[in-house]
Amino acid sequence: MGLVAEIFISFMLVVGGIFGLLGSWGLVKLDDTMRRLHAPTKATTLGVGGVLFASMAYSVLELERVSFHELLIAAFLLITAPITANFVAKAHMHRDVKERELPPTGGKYGWAGYDEIGDSEQPIDTK
Amino acid sequence: MIGFATYFAVACFSIGLILNIWRIRFAPGVVDRILALDTMVINAIALLNVYGILVGTAVYFEVSLLIAMFGFVSTVAYCRFILRGNIIE
Amino acid sequence: MLGAILRRVFPHPQLTAFLVVVWLLLVNTISVGNLVLGVVLSVLIPGITQPFWPDRPHVARPLRAIEYVLIVIWDIIAANVTVARIILFKSNADTHSHWIVVPLELRSPEAITMLAGTITMTPGTVTAMLSADASHLLVHCLHTDDPDAVRDEIKSRYERRLKEIFE
Repeated sequence: MGLVAEIFISFMLVVGGIFGLLGSWGLVKLDDTMRRLHAPTKATTLGVGGVLFASMAYSVLELERVSFHELLIAAFLLITAPITANFVAKAHMHRDVKERELPPTGGKYGWAGYDEIGDSEQPIDTK
Repeated sequence: MIGFATYFAVACFSIGLILNIWRIRFAPGVVDRILALDTMVINAIALLNVYGILVGTAVYFEVSLLIAMFGFVSTVAYCRFILRGNIIE
Repeated sequence: MLGAILRRVFPHPQLTAFLVVVWLLLVNTISVGNLVLGVVLSVLIPGITQPFWPDRPHVARPLRAIEYVLIVIWDIIAANVTVARIILFKSNADTHSHWIVVPLELRSPEAITMLAGTITMTPGTVTAMLSADASHLLVHCLHTDDPDAVRDEIKSRYERRLKEIFE
């Protein structure tokens, strides 16, 4: 416990708060769904990450109690954020984006949401 | 000083939640609503953790872990519903 | 003989080690009792869930994976600053968003999943879709003036490393 620890914890909290606010602000400000997708997936992750790190440092440095389970939430959010973003992007394209608005794949088949592929040619074994 | 920083973080995440609610109310489509709901979940987790620092307990950890898991599952379920028309085939 | 028994008890050794660590993080105290309980659970759970793991990702170079994780964490922080600056200081009309097509050299599903997740978490790009034959990745870039450079960076920075790790 000391001034340095206090400054460090406060700094992490302030950074986390600012990034969390920026993520939500980007959600309001940007003007296209695909663009809006960028703000919450990234800014909010660092926002929560900063707060969780501050919480961890607080219990170790100030309460003198070892606590690492904040790492679990941070890891969980880090793993699920891209999956959520992919799902939201796919739902958006399914509803609002036509295939001709997208660039061509450059390969034999189109994008997965618009083009079917036979089982015999399936490159990934999904069984 | 930590007290001021905590109040600042609480203010930031609360304003974030209000902005999310504004986006849910005035969203151009249903996908934006899902995105805003997902962001709300993440902001709520952060708010709970900041509150845990404020009152000095670790009780809110379990709450935020559960909210994180439910938030992820519900976002995936919403998207699945939009993509396929049902959730479990 | 010994190898067969070991494989029977630990069908998935990485998962066992991972579960012990997660259990210790969850109870948040390191004591002998918790460690024993964690080990018992982590031996039982992979044994029970073995039918759900028909094939396992083949990781050729685990040490390279640690380097990769550190690079990605650093890039996540950089990504946050980049996106925050775009949100704060660029008007919507000034932001030039692009669709980028990334041809893939990776073939294993785990490696493609890792690449897609990494792209989503790193500077200004979100993975949107995979082509039907899993050979191209559709990426949305928030702001760039040079889409080809972004594609080349993805290929050289992440895909090359993932190829080394998984193949």
